[in-house]
Amino acid sequence: MVDSGIEMATRTSSLFGLHGGSSAVRLEAAPAAERISLRVHAENVSALSGALGVDLPVKPKTSASANGRTALWLGPDEWLVIGEGGYDIGNSLMQAAANSGALHSATDVSHRNVAILVSGPGAAAAINAGCPQDLSLKAFPVGACSRTIFGKIEIVLLRTAEDAFRVEVWRSFSDYAFGLLAEGARDAAL
Amino acid sequence: MLLIHCPYCEEDRSELEFRWAGEAHIARPENIAAISDEEFAEFFFLRNNEKGLTYERWRHIHGCGRFFNAARDTVSDRFLMTYKAGMPKQPIPVMEKAVAIAEEKTVETWEATEGDAR
Ligand SMILES: [Zn+2]
Repeated sequence: MVDSGIEMATRTSSLFGLHGGSSAVRLEAAPAAERISLRVHAENVSALSGALGVDLPVKPKTSASANGRTALWLGPDEWLVIGEGGYDIGNSLMQAAANSGALHSATDVSHRNVAILVSGPGAAAAINAGCPQDLSLKAFPVGACSRTIFGKIEIVLLRTAEDAFRVEVWRSFSDYAFGLLAEGARDAAL
Repeated sequence: MLLIHCPYCEEDRSELEFRWAGEAHIARPENIAAISDEEFAEFFFLRNNEKGLTYERWRHIHGCGRFFNAARDTVSDRFLMTYKAGMPKQPIPVMEKAVAIAEEKTVETWEATEGDAR
């Protein structure tokens, strides 16, 4: 927008005003973030890793973090890359990927997703209210990530600490995700 | 709940993450515009619908997103093996085991299979 002196419109999160949780589980909306959906052939993975400043993991169900960016393995040639900090215009991840000069497909999905941070001793139990994955630390250690099912929606799950997860969800499903997590959080405290 | 081994994720995952995608190893005709209607119908519509050992495509749609192939027993619903898309039809590793599975007299009641499922 040209410099008109007026304020930019502010974006309201789809999670704004929602609250829930229990004595065992804390639920909170994650701050705004940059995100790209990234597809890269094996021969170009190192070029994209260099350009993004984070090594794209090639082992299933793993993630890597560096320089304020986290790359989540979703499939053999597919990653979700999350960058800290929201933005007004532009996406530094898109720009970095473009700067790689290597063949890839990147789509800005910063506003397609929102994230819910789930933490506390009952965090895994709350997520397991709707997710069939084994969330024991052995099967799903810190740093593990996966696209999976949560009730009737799809999510991307990342374990950020022994008792903390990030749930990435499409924004139009966020109300449902938060509601089911709140139910799970309540059950986890029983 | 069935667990299905994804050859890309390299682990067993819940059936809820997967979707069936029809019979496997059906090659698309080389020159599809040249074939007759009957040949097209054969390729496009007609399936073997085997009772017992069958080869199917599955997709880990709510996981890694990849298509893969599976050998499955349609009587018992057991997955005998899975392997990556693009690989030729794989022999069942232990034939005796497959036969034993095929001949097994399973009593399939909801109470027996799903009664304690959450
Ligand atoms: Zn998979």
